[in-house]
Amino acid sequence: MNRRANRLLAALGAVLLVLPAVADNYLLSIVTLFLFFAYAGQAWNIMMGFAGQLSLGHSLYLGVGGYAAGALYFHFGIGPWAGLWLAIMICALSGAAIGALAFRYGVSGVYFTLLTIAFAEFTRVGFDHFAWVGGSGGMFLKVAERDQIDLLNLRGTPAMFYYVILGLAAAAFALSGWLLRSRAGYYWQAIRENEDAAQALGINTFHWKILAITISSAMTAIAGVFSAFYYGNLFPEQIFNMSRSIEIMLGPIIGGIGTLFGPILGAALLTLVAESTTEVVAALGWETPGIKQLIYGIVLFVVIVLLPHGVWPALARKLKVTK
Amino acid sequence: MTALLEVTDLELFYGDAQVLASVSLQIPQGGIVAIVGANGAGKSSLIRAIAGIERPGAGKIVFAGRDITGLESHVICNLGIGQVAEGRQLFPTLTTMENLAMGAMLPRARAKMKQMMDEVFELFPLLGERRKQLAGTLSGGEQQMLAIGRCLMGRPELIMFDEPSLGLAPAIVQQLLQAIRKLNRQGLTVLLVEQNVGVSLKISQHAYVLENGRIVMSGSGGELLNDDRVREAYLGL
Repeated sequence: MNRRANRLLAALGAVLLVLPAVADNYLLSIVTLFLFFAYAGQAWNIMMGFAGQLSLGHSLYLGVGGYAAGALYFHFGIGPWAGLWLAIMICALSGAAIGALAFRYGVSGVYFTLLTIAFAEFTRVGFDHFAWVGGSGGMFLKVAERDQIDLLNLRGTPAMFYYVILGLAAAAFALSGWLLRSRAGYYWQAIRENEDAAQALGINTFHWKILAITISSAMTAIAGVFSAFYYGNLFPEQIFNMSRSIEIMLGPIIGGIGTLFGPILGAALLTLVAESTTEVVAALGWETPGIKQLIYGIVLFVVIVLLPHGVWPALARKLKVTK
Repeated sequence: MTALLEVTDLELFYGDAQVLASVSLQIPQGGIVAIVGANGAGKSSLIRAIAGIERPGAGKIVFAGRDITGLESHVICNLGIGQVAEGRQLFPTLTTMENLAMGAMLPRARAKMKQMMDEVFELFPLLGERRKQLAGTLSGGEQQMLAIGRCLMGRPELIMFDEPSLGLAPAIVQQLLQAIRKLNRQGLTVLLVEQNVGVSLKISQHAYVLENGRIVMSGSGGELLNDDRVREAYLGL
């Protein structure tokens, strides 16, 4: 990374840090959403962008993580900072187990991707009938006192949630950067570019792929915990839904798969497009159902056609900063 | 001469299909051994079995006095068996230098990366001129040199070549053979798998003919070159 990139980063950080002082709750909720997808996108990017393993089932970790911490709070009053560890543990183990199952038996490429969908889907169906956490009727966490900050139980003002997710996104960014430069980053790059060659060079591909999926799923578990306490409710149909998995990966795809800034930039652009579409549609008074989604889809389509490697690699060249 | 690699009664199956049947061979320390055979004879499978990428159904593989049968491929690699896979298998979006660095990720090679890279550039000066170039943009010959160089970065004692002459112009093939001979003179033991029978028999001290997963003939390169069956089946004479 060069000095110019550092300066841009510092400026972005400063703006985000002071934002709650100037923004209203509506704007804050939008930026919170952006940071949430920036965080989750970075988690997904470690598995796909760094190690080349496409997961279309990351909603699994989002849901299991959210339900693990949510249920501990709902049933036993155990706060999210403790529940977090349970969520991380369960999701890391699930991720490692799915990876071990797939990679040990040579399931790779699209078949691996199908496996990730399958696990997310049958977990969704399982939770629909899991009465202890409310089944398909959902689970509702104690309503937050919006003007009182209870950081211990993660109940409080929008600004508190904002700072929590800002911290998470920044931590994910630091972790991603460190991983990319670590030996694991090099092994992943070899596996992503040509797995047969990596194996022929004596890289333990099984080991490093498992590491990628474990880190990615553990990070996504934290996103799930945040989501559960931010919204205060959990429904299998929502949190395990495949559209969640797609939302998570759209940011990195638009921003630039495998890059450090891509997932963050992608999440920002997507949030911006979604919000401005809403504004424009409202201003024009269009009420056709689905018009918002249609415009959103067209914008994504155009971006992917024009910048198939994502926005960040092109922008990085323009700004003359490193990828 | 003691055998650096000794394969005894190796059997390999892909599902129910048997691809190697009681294959036995020896590669002497410091030698060049060739395995020739038609497409589908099991040549690449043999290399993959030795490298630990495929798991043999039966048989024994001993390398430098150690039984390596059934070990994981990264362990075998780190013991000093390198392979230059068929079709070169480079990382096309990485530069020459990055490709070479990837070859030195083994525990046995990590510390000597810089020194090995210098040696590779000495062996293949052309690669030195292309060190910042993406591997995917190199010519076929340069790519093959890079594949060999990347393998050397892992400091192997035995290097296995799978069809190194594939898709290369005759002049480049000659350069390649010279490079293999040079490496061999420096002490590297070579297993050469080729469809190009004339080329591989000329360079090797000993050769095996593989047909339908079985070794049907073996002898010195010269003997096989003069054998009527080999001449008829593989050289079209």
